[in-house]
Amino acid sequence: MADPAITVEGVRKKYGGKGGKVALDGLDLQVTRGTVHGVLGPNGAGKTTLVRILSTLLRPDAGRVEVAGRDVLTHAREVRFRIGLLGQHAALDEELGGRQNLEMFGRLYHLGTRHARVRADELLERFGLAGTGRKPVKQYSGGMRRRLDLAASLISEPEVLFLDEPTTGLDPRGRAEVWDSVRSLVGGGTTVLLTTQYLEEADQLADRIAVVDGGRVIADGTADQLKSLTGADRIDVTLRDADQLGAAVALLPVPEDAVTVDADRRLLSAPVTDRMTALSSVVRALEETGIEAEDIALRRPTLDEVFLHLTGDERASDPRVKEAV
Amino acid sequence: MSTYALTDSWTMTRRELAHWARQPVQLLVGLVFPVMLLLMFGYLVGGGRGVTGDYLDYLVPGMLALTMAFGLEGTLLAVTQDLNKGVIDRFRSMPMTNGAVLVGRSIADMLQSALGLAVLIGVAYALGWRAHGSPGGFLGAVGLLLFFRFAMLWIGIHLAMVAGKPELVTAVQILVWPVGFLSNAFATPETMPGWLGTVVEWNPMSHTATAVRDLFGAPGGAPGHTWAAIVWPLALLAVFFPLAVRRFGRLSK
Ligand SMILES: Nc1ncnc2c1ncn2[C@@H]1O[C@H](COP(=O)(O)OP(=O)(O)OP(=O)(O)O)[C@@H](O)[C@H]1O
Ligand SMILES: [Mg+2]
Repeated sequence: MADPAITVEGVRKKYGGKGGKVALDGLDLQVTRGTVHGVLGPNGAGKTTLVRILSTLLRPDAGRVEVAGRDVLTHAREVRFRIGLLGQHAALDEELGGRQNLEMFGRLYHLGTRHARVRADELLERFGLAGTGRKPVKQYSGGMRRRLDLAASLISEPEVLFLDEPTTGLDPRGRAEVWDSVRSLVGGGTTVLLTTQYLEEADQLADRIAVVDGGRVIADGTADQLKSLTGADRIDVTLRDADQLGAAVALLPVPEDAVTVDADRRLLSAPVTDRMTALSSVVRALEETGIEAEDIALRRPTLDEVFLHLTGDERASDPRVKEAV
Repeated sequence: MSTYALTDSWTMTRRELAHWARQPVQLLVGLVFPVMLLLMFGYLVGGGRGVTGDYLDYLVPGMLALTMAFGLEGTLLAVTQDLNKGVIDRFRSMPMTNGAVLVGRSIADMLQSALGLAVLIGVAYALGWRAHGSPGGFLGAVGLLLFFRFAMLWIGIHLAMVAGKPELVTAVQILVWPVGFLSNAFATPETMPGWLGTVVEWNPMSHTATAVRDLFGAPGGAPGHTWAAIVWPLALLAVFFPLAVRRFGRLSK
């Protein structure tokens, strides 16, 4: 990969000294300039730790980290001039208003008083916060706060932008707004590293997706590549009667433990290798046993399934986990 | 230190001033509290054990020094709250001068303390208290008080970073009280049991109070005590300033 915007090599981080919790366990990652790289992982995978190390807030115990071509340990200050950070939690002065916040950050980026003011107004306008006046941030709604936080991370027109779960807690409209902003930034050449719990978000925004679990990257590729990682296409069978789910599992042309059961939606799902053979054998078996199906469909695996497949098979076969994710 | 050290520090000072403008009541309470203590000890408790001459003359310098000592609590609380706020992460991810946050805090706290001194002296004046020394002596006394406050400021910053969590701050705060009261602010050490008198005499705050009394021409002052009121805060600063700065640098890693 020529001239990456972010290089992470063998990074380790342990919290709390000896016997502490290992958050990153030899993580490697490369992000190409001008692309969006999604980092997908369950709670506690190490996403926030990674973002904090990349944004110079935390020192790695071992490994090499370069952002915008500079080492984060030896050239932290130069890195800071080139990055923007939207942390998992709001990083704003809650006592002050939106404009006061942005002006203050602008001055700290050394934009100069006048330019800082112009930039603040510009960003307030762009994120639909122009009417907030002097209202202190602590009286903002969650969505307003998130948008102001995002605006603050863009003040210096960063080369590399880190977004740690940017849309968690936003309503669909707020989410769409953030997505639009990210897309327009990338059009302008910004590199974005974005962590998320929403697979749909990674699918929508990211050029590449790194799946992180237990402090390591366990898969890295485009959404399509990841989908083909789980191999098979899938067959979904929706039954009329949930009581028959147990009996129907045996009808699918795969070992029983490969079948996902979603009782609420009366849905069975299983990977298949030969699409047409599987379809006709299932239809035939249903007819023979007299189990009534509402719908039968063949489809590619969703990212959810890829994700669950990669982060632990035992959980993928547990239908309750699917609901929780 | 970059060429932006000054602008960054000024930006952070403006932030503190903007907080005042947002919460004037908080500032006001901070100014009224020492006045309350002055009235309480001057009239309710009164007496002034072992003090010859006018008790108000003895008490006012003590209260001024005590106000400076209690300023430590304000610093402690403000720094702890600041460090636990999300905004500190944004500051740290920006190319601002490391330590500008602390400089902003120092300037704001010193301004508030200067204001506190002015209010307390004004109230004392209204009660009939007068400084008997020279105008130069008066200014010197104010200078010594603020210098003592400056030492308290850096102890406060350091303790805030050591304590870290707001829960622990309460514990540290409670310790400020005995240190404030185990001084010669209200009564002369000669009237106290031997060991207590010794502790009180050693208390850096007592030295500042004694020097200020001398400069105000009040009872309880000792000529030549100005040195002690310079050396003690200086010694405290020599310990806590580098500790605090180092600790702050380490936090950002
Ligand atoms: N300050 C800390 N002290 C001790 N352990 C920590 C600290 N921060 C994180 N950890 C631990 O390190 C691991 C990784 O945490 P991290 O916050 O990076 O995960 P995450 O992927 O961001 O999770 P989430 O999706 O919940 O935000 C977790 O096991 C967590 O408990
Ligand atoms: Mg996180």
